[in-house]
Amino acid sequence: MGSAGYEQLVADLDETAVLEAWERNLAGSVRAQVAPDQLRAELSALYRAFVAGVRSGDGTRSNSFDEVRALLSELSTSRARRGFSPTETASSVFALKDALFEVMGVTGSSDQLELSRAIDDLGLFTFERFAAAREAVILNQSEQLLELSTPVVKLWDGILAVPLVGTLDSARTLVVMETLLQMLVDTGSAHAIIDITGVAAVDTQVAQHLLKTVHAARLMGAECIISGIRPQIAQTVVALGIEFGDIATRATLADALRHVLNQAGYDVVLRPDRAS
Amino acid sequence: MERIPIYQIGNVLLVSIQIDLQDSDVIALQDSLSERIASSSAQGVVIDISALEIVDSFVGRMLSTIAGVSRVLNARTVVVGMRPAVAITLVELGLSLPGVETALNVERGMAMVTGSTAAATASDTAADANDDVL
Amino acid sequence: MTFSDEVDGQIVAIETDADVVRVRQAVRALAAQAGMSLVDQTKLITAASELARNTLIHGKGGAAHLELTRNESRAGVRVVFADTGPGIADLTLAFEEGWTSGTGLGLGLPGSRRLVDAFEVDTEVGRGTRITIVKWGR
Repeated sequence: MGSAGYEQLVADLDETAVLEAWERNLAGSVRAQVAPDQLRAELSALYRAFVAGVRSGDGTRSNSFDEVRALLSELSTSRARRGFSPTETASSVFALKDALFEVMGVTGSSDQLELSRAIDDLGLFTFERFAAAREAVILNQSEQLLELSTPVVKLWDGILAVPLVGTLDSARTLVVMETLLQMLVDTGSAHAIIDITGVAAVDTQVAQHLLKTVHAARLMGAECIISGIRPQIAQTVVALGIEFGDIATRATLADALRHVLNQAGYDVVLRPDRAS
Repeated sequence: MERIPIYQIGNVLLVSIQIDLQDSDVIALQDSLSERIASSSAQGVVIDISALEIVDSFVGRMLSTIAGVSRVLNARTVVVGMRPAVAITLVELGLSLPGVETALNVERGMAMVTGSTAAATASDTAADANDDVL
Repeated sequence: MTFSDEVDGQIVAIETDADVVRVRQAVRALAAQAGMSLVDQTKLITAASELARNTLIHGKGGAAHLELTRNESRAGVRVVFADTGPGIADLTLAFEEGWTSGTGLGLGLPGSRRLVDAFEVDTEVGRGTRITIVKWGR
């Protein structure tokens, strides 16, 4: 980030004056939502780390600014989690620039320009960290959602069912696959019914994932049957040239259950003395 | 020297692979098993791979070979206890283990091989289906 | 082909059967460090086992270089398999061979490639082969 000829500029400034100006310059929303004591402590720690970094004469992406970046990272991440906007967070950094120039007076010197650029870079860094933190939150939430929406249920001793609902994407289908296979082992079940009645559309990729699941289950010693194939889906499958080979398929979950119970060695009998 | 013990229970040979095998161990196992199947006139072989975290093409090939050898010697081989992660990987790798019958665990594998009806019916469907190529 | 440009990470010689197992164990350790899911670890270690065996048998011995790697959002594992063996004469053919019955023919390259996220081959007849694989964690 170039030379830091602004070391002297910063070193000459009165810390208290800068911190006061900085706090004053912060966006009203930030001041309103963060307790004054905590805010002052944050700003003070940041400023001290900033001055230490500046004194080194190195650029803002160097090791000398590690502590500044670490503090900014923490700040961004906690602000992101609390719902602050990225602008609010980054502008807290730009407010330092206003404070510094307020205290030292604007001269337009090249050193002041360098200082300005250095703080801009730190502001950008804050923005980057903010974005990364937000992405992590979203990823975590979507993973949780994924787990909730792919239940595997036990229909009978040794018979599991996976009712798939909604749109199937790669990530979701993989989670289903792994959950089903693990449950086959955990419950000692040799049969599974994968029901796609609630699935909107089936494309080649989804079909391939389903086929891989069935083949993997076979290698483990369990057999899967796919049910709930609506006429539209059946037509799509044929049109796409997807071959289910010798994997059993049924139109309804009921048909699949009848088939599996039979395979598993059960006879279902209607009692002659039934009431009704 | 046999690193992997082969047990005989009635007419069935049981092998439980507990360790991370190097290729020479795999070959040694294949040789010992083939010899034992012949000498004991076993009706079946149950190979328990529930402790294996990795099954690569070398082990896969050994399993297919043993299945073939046992068939020629009028015995049946069932591989049991494959872990989900291993099954998913084999499918992705494109290894279909042709001729290898599978079951969830040793108990069902034994039932399949001895022809005991109760548990056998449950695993039979899975067994026959493994003969096709992916 | 050797490891003149690799600095960090570890090198495992591949000269015997036991070394292939050592490669698997070393890859497992790194994959766990990279926070890889169980299925992804299994895929990576299996691919590494296949490629290490190739290095031993087709490459007439060589070595593997393993290291943790990072991109902006995730950690991953990079493994380079290098040998000074005969090299692969026809790469197109090597990648076309399907690994169907596993009868021992072919190098199993297309299968291994499906198990990882990045797969590069650098080979020359008479000079040797160098295969680089990368798999990312969460």
